[in-house]
Amino acid sequence: MGAFFHADMIAIILAGAVATFLTRIGGYWLVMRMKTIPPRLEAALNAVPAAVLTTLVAPAFFTGGPDVQVAMAAALIASLRFSVLPMLAIGWCAVMLMRYAFGV
Amino acid sequence: MSKADFFEGVRNGTPVFLSAAPFGALFGAIAVANGQTIAEAVLMSMTIFAGASQLVGIELFGQNIAPWVIVLSIFAVNFRHILYSAAMAPFVRHFTAVEKFFAFFVLTDPQFAETLRRGEAGRKVSFSWYIGFALVIYIPWQVMTALGGVFGQLIGDPKVIGIDVLLPIYFMALVLGFRKRPNFLSVVAISGAVSVIAYHTVGSPWHVSIGALAGMALAAVLPVKRAPAARDTAQEG
Repeated sequence: MGAFFHADMIAIILAGAVATFLTRIGGYWLVMRMKTIPPRLEAALNAVPAAVLTTLVAPAFFTGGPDVQVAMAAALIASLRFSVLPMLAIGWCAVMLMRYAFGV
Repeated sequence: MSKADFFEGVRNGTPVFLSAAPFGALFGAIAVANGQTIAEAVLMSMTIFAGASQLVGIELFGQNIAPWVIVLSIFAVNFRHILYSAAMAPFVRHFTAVEKFFAFFVLTDPQFAETLRRGEAGRKVSFSWYIGFALVIYIPWQVMTALGGVFGQLIGDPKVIGIDVLLPIYFMALVLGFRKRPNFLSVVAISGAVSVIAYHTVGSPWHVSIGALAGMALAAVLPVKRAPAARDTAQEG
C-alpha cells in the first residue's frame, strides 16, 4: 500500500459518483417534465437490476470451481428461507468446508 | 430545521443502519482485497454511497476493464434510483434546491421506501426528518468502510479466508430481491444464458452489457403486465 490515491482510480470513482447522482436526481427531473413513461420502456427499465446483476452471478458460477459452485448453490437454497446476511454466512461456511475439509 | 423531526428520522433510520453496517465493512474489506487503498474505498463510499454498485465497481476494477464500462455498469446498477426519485417527486417538491441536492445525493432503497410510506400515510416529509434518516445511514457507512478496509489489508489472498465467494452470493441475493417484478424468471434466464455465452465468445468486459441488454430487450417485447407496485425485497446500503 504505497500511495493513498491513484489518479485513474479517482477519476473512475468520481465519474461513477456523477453517474450515480444523475440516476438519483434523474427521475425527479424527468417526472417534472414528462407526463408518462411508455409502457415498453418502463418494462425494460424495470428489468434493469435483475438483468445487470444476473450477468455478474451466472459467469461466476459457471467459471468457478466446485468449491464456488457448492457455496453458491448452498446460498441459493438458503435464500428460500433466509435474507442476505445468513445467505452470505452459509455460502461462506460451504466454501471454507470445501476448501479446508475436502481440499477442493 | 426541526429537532424533533430530525431525531425521529434518526430513530427511523437506525434499523437500516444496523442491517447495512456489515455491508459497509464487507465493501471495505473486498475493495482493499481487490487492490484499492482504504482512502479510495472510503472516497467511493462517500461519493457513490450505493452498496451494490460499489461492489460491482470493485468487481470490475479487478478485471482490467475499460473505465467507461465500469462507470456505465455503476450507472446501470443504480438505474433504479431514477424510478425512485420519480415516485418520490410529490413528497419532496417543497424542498429548496439545495435541500433537493442533498436529499437526492443520499437517496437509497430504504430512504425511498420510508419516504414513500411516510408521504403516502399523509405525514409531512420534512427535510429535517429526511436528512436525519439519511445521516444515520451515511456516516456509519463511511466508518464501516474504513474498518472493513483495515481488516481487508490484514488478509492477503481473499481466497484463504473465503471472502471471494461473498461477492457473487451477495449479487445473487440482490437478484432474488427483485423476484416480484414482472417477467423476473425470463429476464434472469436470458441475461444469465447470454452473459455466459458472451463471456466465452466476446470476452470479459462485454458479457455484462450484452447479457443485461438481452434481458432488457426481452422485458420490452414480452406482453406488458400491469405490475402491482411490487416492493422489492432487496436490502442494501
